[in-house]
Amino acid sequence: MLQDLFKVVKSRLDYDSTNAAPVKSNIPSDLLFKCPRCQNVMFMDDYKAGLKVCSACSYHSRISARERLDITVDKGSFVEYDADLISKNPLDFDGYPEKIAQAQEATGLKDAIITGECTIRTRKCVIGIMDSRFMMASMGSVVGEKIARAFERAIEKRLPVVLFTASGGARMQEGILSLMQMAKTSAAVARHSDAGLLYITVLTDPTTGGVTASFASLGDIIIAEPKVLIGFAGRRVIEDTIKQRLPDDFQSAEFLLEHGFVDMIVSRVNMRRTISKLLKLHLSATEEPSHE
Amino acid sequence: MNELTAWERIELIRHKNRPTVHDYIPMIFDEFYEMHGDRCFGDDAAILGGVGKISGIPVTILGQVKGRDLEENRRTNFACPHPEGYRKALRLAKQAEKFHRPVICFIDTPGAFCGVAAEERGQGEAIARNLLEFSRLKTPILSIVLGEGGSGGALALGVCDALAMLQNAVYSVISPRGCASILWKDASKEKEAAERLRMTAEDLVGFGVCDTIIPEPPGGAHTDPQQAAENIADYILETLPVFMQKGVANLLEARYNKFRKIGEFEENSTK
Repeated sequence: MLQDLFKVVKSRLDYDSTNAAPVKSNIPSDLLFKCPRCQNVMFMDDYKAGLKVCSACSYHSRISARERLDITVDKGSFVEYDADLISKNPLDFDGYPEKIAQAQEATGLKDAIITGECTIRTRKCVIGIMDSRFMMASMGSVVGEKIARAFERAIEKRLPVVLFTASGGARMQEGILSLMQMAKTSAAVARHSDAGLLYITVLTDPTTGGVTASFASLGDIIIAEPKVLIGFAGRRVIEDTIKQRLPDDFQSAEFLLEHGFVDMIVSRVNMRRTISKLLKLHLSATEEPSHE
Repeated sequence: MNELTAWERIELIRHKNRPTVHDYIPMIFDEFYEMHGDRCFGDDAAILGGVGKISGIPVTILGQVKGRDLEENRRTNFACPHPEGYRKALRLAKQAEKFHRPVICFIDTPGAFCGVAAEERGQGEAIARNLLEFSRLKTPILSIVLGEGGSGGALALGVCDALAMLQNAVYSVISPRGCASILWKDASKEKEAAERLRMTAEDLVGFGVCDTIIPEPPGGAHTDPQQAAENIADYILETLPVFMQKGVANLLEARYNKFRKIGEFEENSTK
């Protein structure tokens, strides 16, 4: 196979030189996909048919919120919440409105998360999906507000919540307001939990910083996609502190599983099925009338 | 009322004689018994916890510990807590809830520790758990920023009924240095970043995050620690009874709303 040929070339390169200058191939990028983790090359059609998972190392690539929605929820079932929430510039931070505008233009989204209601293999739930293409899905006021509202609606309607997390952390340009979204979202999770309802988090690439240190780590069930990056501090920050290079699997999904911070690692192909099964298993929690 | 720039305040709160939580405790509380350990892994010297009394009222005291000398800073990691520090704080907060004691948190940290062991033991989870549990803790919580309020590591002791800051304290989502290196790839522009981040007590009152500014003696807390301690004690004694008189349901509702309303966004409802 073609991809095997590339592997051979790559291993030779690694062997006889340290100049790891990536083989700048002349491959049209729309025909082939090269895995950023293991450099494996796949036909784009195969890569897309396999839900953008590397066939060699099973790295689960970042996908857009819309793509995630399409492979997760039942067709036509999604009703979006709060589609019109837009960031302001509370600190008058230079360049922030331009960054937002660029991200909106590039992604077609208003901010870094979409939330709403849907069914997953007929099981009703509230869903939230973060999109790392939007300013690395950093959490500002809009993301925090949409998550808090999603949980509050889920409490009203007695629905479980499923959140796909991805984030570089808090949105620096909104200063202290972005930090406070960590408290706001965590408090909303607490209320939803006190109502006896199920909350599933799916950690996707990359889930870090203030999002790891708030709602992403608070699911009743925490699922991760294989090989994705999950952590609190940035890798470079830690390397600077300890003056050493960290092992490749540091802060991977597998590392978190080993240390007890993730319940299960589920491949993208099985994600929809797994979530629907877990939702079904917890159905009584949803349908139990609240004791009022 | 305070003419200092954000950067000048940062220099002031990093002054080696700036009083730390260890200095303040004997000046503010009549009694104090320190408690150790998270009952899981170990004891983190970066967060101090214990029980004490102020004007006869039993309280639980939590605080991040800046070292007063190099030796103490070595033990307390310059007040950068590990997960076991946050878990100790949570354990003692739950104990306070059981015995209906208010909790008083002293925030003074550059941020949670960034290191291999901290990641292995779940720094993110430890902070997240505190945010969730403090939001529903059935006893009053006062948080006071003594000097540096650094990001999530500070917020883990900052989910409270009322947030106060000493006059020269700062509280920010990221250190000015971190901000400058991300934004301009140049950490030396930290002074500029400090002003941009809007991190002073007055800024935070403006954003609806900080409720009260506690005055410092002229020149800063280090010029007269006793006076600074008295100001903190006065604040606690004025504020605590307000929350102690509230019923638990009202207390928790107000705490939820305090954080729920923070944020600025536009909502285009015409569509």
